[in-house]
Amino acid sequence: MTTSPPHHATSAPPGNGQHTGHPAIEFAGVRKDYLSHGEAVPAVKSLDLAIGQGEFFSLLGPSGCGKTTTMRMIAGFEDPTAGKIFLDGKDVTGVAPNKRDVNMVFQSYALFPHLNVLQNVAFGLERKKVAKSEIRRRVGEMLEIVSLTGMEKRQPKEMSGGQQQRVALARALVNHPRALLLDEPLGALDLKLRQQMQVELKRIQREVGITFVYVTHDQGEALTMSDHIAVMNGGLIEQLGSPRAIYERPASRFVAGFIGTSNLIDGRIAWVENGLGVIDLGSGERVLMPVPGTVQPGRDVEVSVRPEKIDLHRTAPHAPGLSVVSGVVSEVVYHGTSTNYTVATTAGSDFVVFDQNAHDAEDVASRGERVFLTWAPQHSYPIGV
Amino acid sequence: MGRVRRALAPYLLVLPGGLWLLMFFAVPMATMLSLSLQEGDIVNGYVFTGHWQTYVEAISDYQTQLIRSLVYGAVATIILIVLAFPAAYWIAFYGGRRKATYLFLLLLPFFVSFVLRTISWRLILTDDGFLLRPLKEIGLLADGFHILGTPVAVIGGLVYNFLPFMVLPIYVALERIDPRVVEAARDLYASPITAFRRVILPLALPGVFAGVLMTFIPVSSDYVNSEVLGSSETTMIGQVIQSQYLSSSNYPTASALSFTLMAVLLIGVFSYARALGTEDVMKVAAR
Repeated sequence: MTTSPPHHATSAPPGNGQHTGHPAIEFAGVRKDYLSHGEAVPAVKSLDLAIGQGEFFSLLGPSGCGKTTTMRMIAGFEDPTAGKIFLDGKDVTGVAPNKRDVNMVFQSYALFPHLNVLQNVAFGLERKKVAKSEIRRRVGEMLEIVSLTGMEKRQPKEMSGGQQQRVALARALVNHPRALLLDEPLGALDLKLRQQMQVELKRIQREVGITFVYVTHDQGEALTMSDHIAVMNGGLIEQLGSPRAIYERPASRFVAGFIGTSNLIDGRIAWVENGLGVIDLGSGERVLMPVPGTVQPGRDVEVSVRPEKIDLHRTAPHAPGLSVVSGVVSEVVYHGTSTNYTVATTAGSDFVVFDQNAHDAEDVASRGERVFLTWAPQHSYPIGV
Repeated sequence: MGRVRRALAPYLLVLPGGLWLLMFFAVPMATMLSLSLQEGDIVNGYVFTGHWQTYVEAISDYQTQLIRSLVYGAVATIILIVLAFPAAYWIAFYGGRRKATYLFLLLLPFFVSFVLRTISWRLILTDDGFLLRPLKEIGLLADGFHILGTPVAVIGGLVYNFLPFMVLPIYVALERIDPRVVEAARDLYASPITAFRRVILPLALPGVFAGVLMTFIPVSSDYVNSEVLGSSETTMIGQVIQSQYLSSSNYPTASALSFTLMAVLLIGVFSYARALGTEDVMKVAAR
């Protein structure tokens, strides 16, 4: 499902003086089909999207969801089958990649293997016929931003993955593009370096103020870095919004499952009181959720609850005004900062609970133990209501 | 025990190939070098006298053929690059799933003997053959026109016979280019032509270099094409060496010419590598 088009990601931080009144990137009714064995297979089904100036915007989704195709259409490597693409309000549909004011950081970096760092970074400016002294100044400046000063004469193959990544970033950013496109740029790095680069990327983006479009399948990466995220699935945007909105209020079952861990409860609203819908599970157990006034008893709903919102009790709690579900612990995994429980519940599904290790060790439930789960009504999120 | 065996292993591995080279390369080379400095004739036998003047005589007698061979070699190599590069480029970038098929088709004629293929060219190019006859009948060509026996026929045959040795190394170099690197060039404001000139071509150069090594040397010393397709006006140094050995039994002159050719080719190849700015010929050839 999609929310009503066009998606507008507004309230973006101001860019570096590139105020044209237009979104940096805009898709209008874009579809992209690929020919496979003489048959048109849609990679992107229908895309209406506006990315604001100076935003850090993520396209997030599993492989094959259309996110990379979307990015390649911005760069100009693919032309849409239908619809139009605008950069800064200018129609660029069908314009060659070398005539578009956007630059890309490739997943495999795609550095020129026969050129050194300096020549790699200067490549774009040389094509734009920028004066030699100006090129030297800007390349030097950019290498400083990505902390590669002194490595000008190195060949790409003599550098580590993290350094190559910085060269790729510098090579794109040095041109001051209208937008920087990043195609899973951290995918090839190990965890530690990846986390470092996430912080680094965010810092660089703030420093240069350029619109970043970031393609990733890593939800953690998207959540920590983005101003706005478009979650894509099956060639469509499932949900667009701030990281918090997407995490707290997933618009579909797919988003709830793809972003973080979600506990899903299927049930029927038995009654509504004080703006709270109630799913009655019997023997005092229930799920409470905020619902709009239009929702009537008897309606079937799907409720998402995040694991860290749930409290775990070893004895039956006295908790009026809270959701209560009981169950049997089937798995306990100690994670240092938290303990993760899997609980087979009376609500029918397995619940995952992240319990902060703030209390004493003897307070920990063990496998096979009967426990009670409670959470506040506002942490129940009925999907699509 | 195990340590000794492990230390010996590399030497044992190199032994069969080493012996082979010693027996069939090093020994004959040494024999030939000594032969080129001997005097005598086939009836009374040859004696080593260190008579280096054979070199001077051989070079002055056959400099025409020597220079002609190098010119034919150079012309054929240039034509080979011009023909092979687009073919290799097309197979590497547009071959899709049929790349292997196209390469196989390219190699298919080479399952037939080298000499037989060259003789079949003779049938095609002959004055009254199916290529020239119709053109003469409709008046496109003069009646006395002929290709056989001219440098055109010889160089044409050489180019035909050595085409795969130029296509394959260029193909391998092009095939190894990451298409994303070409996209990166386009993304960084390079037009298709600039992307080719600044990225694809430099990355394909090692392949062209390997191709030149694999064609210029055998083409320059070839004797079959000129023998079958040429005339006395196109005699190449390979034919001279062959006839000095087999017809005249003039072993010292034949050996001296062989060594002269080898020296000229080595000098040519190394100065070519120097001009291309490649630091190490063998390193490039091995890539």
